Amino acid sequence: MGLSHDDCMRTTATTPNQREADLIARIKAGERDLFYELIQPYQRTVYAAAFSVLGNASDAEDAAQEAFLKALTHLGQFRAEAKFSTWLVQITLNEARLRIRKDRKGLYSSIDEGGQDDDGEYFPIDYADWRDIPSETLQRKELKEALQRALASLKPIYREVLVLRDIEHLSISETATALDITEASVKTRLLRARLMMRDALAPGFDGSWSVGSPTYKKVRPF
Amino acid sequence: MDEHHIIEISCEHVIQEISNYIDGEITPELRSRIEEHIRGCRHCAAVLDGTTNTLRLIADGRAFDGLFDLPPGFSERLRQRLATHPESA
Repeated sequence: MGLSHDDCMRTTATTPNQREADLIARIKAGERDLFYELIQPYQRTVYAAAFSVLGNASDAEDAAQEAFLKALTHLGQFRAEAKFSTWLVQITLNEARLRIRKDRKGLYSSIDEGGQDDDGEYFPIDYADWRDIPSETLQRKELKEALQRALASLKPIYREVLVLRDIEHLSISETATALDITEASVKTRLLRARLMMRDALAPGFDGSWSVGSPTYKKVRPF
Repeated sequence: MDEHHIIEISCEHVIQEISNYIDGEITPELRSRIEEHIRGCRHCAAVLDGTTNTLRLIADGRAFDGLFDLPPGFSERLRQRLATHPESA
């Protein structure tokens, strides 16, 4: 059962946050069939969060769906100290990491090592400046493949923060809450993730993905 | 001394702040120092432009070619699972 006409008339006069809080209160009071309406706007973000950890569609769907079921089971524990969407992402990341620990122990040890490498300096490679990116370049198959390869090459702690912040557009504060790390750690990991993505993509933009020199040039003057 | 004098900063310092610079998460004073540095440093200018371009690509929905789009049937499968979940009584 969904929202009745009267409910819709009443809720359209409220803000999205108020409407969400109202939905949560009603579900907690027993109207469990409203849960899908509550989580419907966040399906993509939850799926992307799971994908950022697991790296493939099948596992990401399983983890995302399980995370929604857990959210329903534990909704009574949600205290609105964080945004509901952030709480959902937290559950999803925990679920995805749990699956890795169960199924692929050893392959992704960096996840269990938390903030390892957070403080290490990373200095970007000396590629020549990029030209502006022509719109048609975005359609290039090589670029899409390079982007996906670059994303897959990141260690999970960097991929997670990049996906949440730069693809799903969570704020720094929300990203920190979802990952249960400090805002300073979010910024440090984001810097590393962005520079590594840039280094993975830059050669193509000075060479094969644009008209011009077939090789990239060093620009550092020393 | 020129009251507008800007204290120079190193390439390493600029690179460490590139991400915060793009996000606007730095003080106006540090922003000025970074911009002054970048005007005279091709390496840091290239890193800034490249990182900004990377973020433009990442933010463009076309670039990942649907990688983060929900798989077909995801929502329907979710609704079915929720409907049969014990907590959904």
